[in-house]
Amino acid sequence: MSTRKKAPEVNAGSMADIAFLLLIFFLVTTTLETDAGLDRLLPPLDTLTIVDIKERNLLRVSLNDLNQLLVEDDVVDIKELRQLTVDFLDNGGALPSSNLYCDYCQGAKDATSSDNPHKAVISLTHKRETSYGAYIAVQNELVGAYNVLRNREGKRLYGQTYVEMEALYFDEKTTLVEKEKLKNKIKAVQDLFPQKIAEAELSNSPKE
Amino acid sequence: MAKFAKKKDGDLPAVSTASLPDIVFMLLFFFMTVTVMKDSSIMVENILPNATEIKKLEKKDRVIYIFAGKPTKEYESVYGTETRIQLNDKFASVNEVGSYILAERAKKPQELQNVLTTALKVDKQANMGLISDIKQELRKVNALKVNYTTFEGDAFNNIQ
Repeated sequence: MSTRKKAPEVNAGSMADIAFLLLIFFLVTTTLETDAGLDRLLPPLDTLTIVDIKERNLLRVSLNDLNQLLVEDDVVDIKELRQLTVDFLDNGGALPSSNLYCDYCQGAKDATSSDNPHKAVISLTHKRETSYGAYIAVQNELVGAYNVLRNREGKRLYGQTYVEMEALYFDEKTTLVEKEKLKNKIKAVQDLFPQKIAEAELSNSPKE
Repeated sequence: MAKFAKKKDGDLPAVSTASLPDIVFMLLFFFMTVTVMKDSSIMVENILPNATEIKKLEKKDRVIYIFAGKPTKEYESVYGTETRIQLNDKFASVNEVGSYILAERAKKPQELQNVLTTALKVDKQANMGLISDIKQELRKVNALKVNYTTFEGDAFNNIQ
């Protein structure tokens, strides 16, 4: 007979309970990450530059207090805004002889619309009573319109859409050398269609 | 014939629960890795609008949050039903936004102070008047990078 007893086994039955406790603790004290959104840059306060913008280079987009969308004083459905903006930016109405001529634009070359993407400015105004949701929808469509055009140019120049390049740039797996290359490409595409969205301070309802 | 011993009838073999802790631990690690700690409880209704052209907010430590929306049910009796701003854990007025941003900025390390983003988490029912007041305040303290935090989804749903 052996004198040594087998070591008693530790009861692991309560391990599940302990793990459950921890799990429930983490469930109640944490939240799932939802942080994504539209990035915008506000203009600095001291820019009081009154630029002369020709009427044809300006796309007036406004939201009234009933959340109706007006583009150049016409009521427009929000679903049409993206295409309208693309048409406006991509118009390239300047004549081939002028120095504003845009050789990559594929638009209608309408003389009454924008000369070239560098000159084209979108003016976005809203009322105090406009809802935030409507404002975000409009912002989304405007950014979307720029992305459509930048994707097209990215594809044409580098065989890669702008959104893909940007995603790759922010990917942690991308090496520094590639990042530097991507940065130049992104910059080049951005320069073709610079984002120019002007927001007026606030259009108050006229005071009596 | 005794080769096949008759099974004892009645007692079913017990289901082994030995792998239960492993399963629970797996769940635990999942939640530990994909979630983040809540840093403030939200006192306003906060149903963010939808958008499609969104970018992820990259680094958590470079973000300052501003919440806005109608006070939730429990605060309704005290703070009313108008859209309000929430900074950290309390309601604030528009002119407190500037000093809040400056205080938060001062808390961050020096090298991050110029690359901060202000995330606006605003309820989609909020009116734009308040938002433009906030934006005006942000411009005053030179906090120009903003992110309108949204859910991913069809932006047309925002307008009903």
